[in-house]
Amino acid sequence: MSDASLSSGAAPHSGAKSLLVQDARTRKRNAAERRFKAYGMIAILIGLFFLVVLAVSIIRSGTPAFTQTVVDVEFTLTADQYAAAEGELFKTKAYEGLLIEQIRETLEAQGIDVAFDAGAIERLLGKPGGTLREYYRANEQSLGSPVSFQLAAASRVDGYLTGRVTREALQDTRFMQASDLDLVDALLEAGIITRAFNWTFITGADSGVDNPGGAGIGASVIGSFFMMLVVLILSLPIGVAASIYLEEFAPQNRFTDLIEVNISNLAAVPSIVFGILGLAVFIQFMHLPQSAPLVGGLVLTLMTLPTIIISTRASLKSVPPSIRDAALGVGASKMQAVFHHVLPLAMPGILTGTIIGLAQALGETAPLLLIGMVGFVARGYPDGVLAGFTEPNSAMPAQIYTWAARADASFYEKAWGGIIILLLFLLTMNIIAIILRRRFERRW
Amino acid sequence: MPILWLFLIVLAIAIAGYYLGKARVMRSADGDRRHMHSLPSYYGGNVAIKAAVPALIVMLIWLLAQPMIVSNAVSGMIPQAAIADNSSRGLVLSEVRRTADGLDMAVSAGTLDAAAASDPQADLDAVTEGLQQAGAIITSQITQPVLSAAQSYRALNARGTLIMSAVVIVLSVLGALWGLRDAQADYRARNVVETAVRWLLISAASIAILTTLGIVLSLVFNTVEFFRLYPASDFFFGTNWAPSFSGRGGSSDLGVLPLLWGTFYISLVALAVAIPIGLFAAIYLSEYASNGVRSFAKPLLEVLAGIPTIVYGLFALLTVGPLLVSVFGRDGLGIMPAGTAVITAGLVMGVMLIPFVSSLSDDIINAVPQAMRDGSYGLGATKSETIRQVILPAALPGIVGAILLAASRAIGETMIVVLGAGAAARLSLNPFDAMTTVTAKIVSQLTGDADFASPEALVAFALGMTLFVITLALNVFALYIVRKYREQYD
Repeated sequence: MSDASLSSGAAPHSGAKSLLVQDARTRKRNAAERRFKAYGMIAILIGLFFLVVLAVSIIRSGTPAFTQTVVDVEFTLTADQYAAAEGELFKTKAYEGLLIEQIRETLEAQGIDVAFDAGAIERLLGKPGGTLREYYRANEQSLGSPVSFQLAAASRVDGYLTGRVTREALQDTRFMQASDLDLVDALLEAGIITRAFNWTFITGADSGVDNPGGAGIGASVIGSFFMMLVVLILSLPIGVAASIYLEEFAPQNRFTDLIEVNISNLAAVPSIVFGILGLAVFIQFMHLPQSAPLVGGLVLTLMTLPTIIISTRASLKSVPPSIRDAALGVGASKMQAVFHHVLPLAMPGILTGTIIGLAQALGETAPLLLIGMVGFVARGYPDGVLAGFTEPNSAMPAQIYTWAARADASFYEKAWGGIIILLLFLLTMNIIAIILRRRFERRW
Repeated sequence: MPILWLFLIVLAIAIAGYYLGKARVMRSADGDRRHMHSLPSYYGGNVAIKAAVPALIVMLIWLLAQPMIVSNAVSGMIPQAAIADNSSRGLVLSEVRRTADGLDMAVSAGTLDAAAASDPQADLDAVTEGLQQAGAIITSQITQPVLSAAQSYRALNARGTLIMSAVVIVLSVLGALWGLRDAQADYRARNVVETAVRWLLISAASIAILTTLGIVLSLVFNTVEFFRLYPASDFFFGTNWAPSFSGRGGSSDLGVLPLLWGTFYISLVALAVAIPIGLFAAIYLSEYASNGVRSFAKPLLEVLAGIPTIVYGLFALLTVGPLLVSVFGRDGLGIMPAGTAVITAGLVMGVMLIPFVSSLSDDIINAVPQAMRDGSYGLGATKSETIRQVILPAALPGIVGAILLAASRAIGETMIVVLGAGAAARLSLNPFDAMTTVTAKIVSQLTGDADFASPEALVAFALGMTLFVITLALNVFALYIVRKYREQYD
């Protein structure tokens, strides 16, 4: 009835209304709708934007750590020159003179003219004479034939090439002078200075505060490895056992309630509190060695347990009851049903959860600071397997923190490079977890 | 490595017992396993458990108790006169322990022969030199009381370890014999083994309780120790944080308020970034996004939560800080003195928290029943009106819970503030100032060269306690809210 009266146009209060023409209020509501949707999109884009910025700044700042500026020079030493140099009082100085001669000739052959002296070469290359002499004393047979040397350049040359050291900001010091940069430019033009892959960064150990060029992450990778070994050996069996009890056997009583509340609380305790626990219990009370991967692993185990327990319980829960019933039906005990039938079926899920837990533990830094894995400089590899657990060492995140906290800005590059390595490890672990999940995923 | 060896010996006895038990039960059943109550491996397992478990438990208790008993005994031997004025019995005792370890090192390194190491009349100079040659960490010349205490410490420890080894091995063998006696066909081995396994499972589950207990005890003991040296009222209500490690006792100001303010302020900035972005992202993902967008954007956002915090810390220190300084610093607006500031740490922490807010809210929004949306559409509401007036109010308790969880995360976060927020403890309202937080101060108080008897080091435990209590309260409250209201529509 009301439809009829409206369509007749008899209602005096309402103007002409058409479905095709929006009135002001509808326009407003639709605009609000579009705005709201746009806010949502913008929020997602901001989140993804941050992710991209993070990725770009890691890759851009971190990749220089993997290459190193080297002076690639072809050097020929005749037997006569060798004998003459060995006869002099300052032997390495003589080699250096010969090297300078060689570089000058190479530059002249390409028609590049620049003045430099032994001081400049020393500032760029450290003491190259010693390296040359060492080589020829060990390999006398290569006298007379050209040998290609790759000499590591000083970290300031490195910085000049990567843009960290600029011509404008440079002040003449005993490390580098403005005139040296001309030489660097000339050598660059001649193709003598190049960048080569920096194996020292991958395999080396941490250096002192005055040698950013020689710092490597290898030793702390080993430290992290031993730490993760402790975490894996302890947290997997304990976590799985705890989950089996809680999921399959636990009666509903106050004790199991207490355990459950504790586990969910532990998952949310700040990581630094676990560091305090480790310091007070493992180091102060039990007198375990400070800075040792063993202690770091114990602390991280306690942190990882809740993650593993939560994911293991989820995958135990996803095994259908019919499997248990069938096992019980053929005369297995409850324990046999769980260990022989449920657990193997839940294993892929458990492993996935474990890998994700380990990945979290691998990136954790704060608790390691407190048990002394930062004060120690990882100067070398451990002597053996047992020493790997108990000898002081660093871990990857702690090593990155150490570098970031140092005053010399050239260590920042190393820190970013270390982060790339750390993220590569995490990525590998996560990919393994995803593959496991895909490969063994069951739907009942 | 005597303890490792002892462990291996017990293990060997258990393994041998396993096979002996299995063989014995087969013999008692005339080789026919149908006559046995349980499978043969259970009889073997029964022997192994009886051989290993009591022995290992005794070993563990002994290992925990022996150092305390020996320390007590040795502590009584140190004459009062041997303790210097500015020292304490605990410090002398730790020197004794170091010396004893050094003697062990020296004997094994061959710089000191075993007889000289335990000779009470040994020449002090020779002993000191022997220790130094072996690379032991000793601060100065060894004194006679310390040496004799260290020697009796060694002797007591050696005797204790010897007795322990004997007791453990005897227990293990006795346990194995007991298990072997039981290896008869009608013995209910499966029940015994399963009870043992069940206890093993229970003890694994109890580790959560032990960890919590360990956290609470280590915090409480050291906090009480701290409050004995430093008044609690000054700690909780002091507005000045100025620890000085040089002057011991009394000269430091250790007021927690500036740290709590810094923590609170940085968390607030972080939440101001994370809540709107996270919430809108969750709404878009659950209500508007197509399946393709959702399956692509959600995992990508969650990557932000999986990145280690040290990466965010470095990002704050080296990328965001300099960027902000170039805008607000001396060359720009001139209100930001340095790259480390509340705003730097807060912004970066906010980015880290986005996925916490978005993922949790997403789940909660998805849990709102479709009938409520349909009802709202049926009344003529647009999608955004439905979201704002029906879905969000319905999901609000859960969202509040998610935000509280994110807040507790922000309060406990360490690496971002250590690297990004600076080290100055101040009560200021300016977000471009450097400030510091509870977690950053825990790190700086405990990584210095402080000894654990000074209030400047012990304060870290009081800070940890404060942090633990605050985050725990937030978590419990958040979980309570999420749980209580999640069941509403089931």
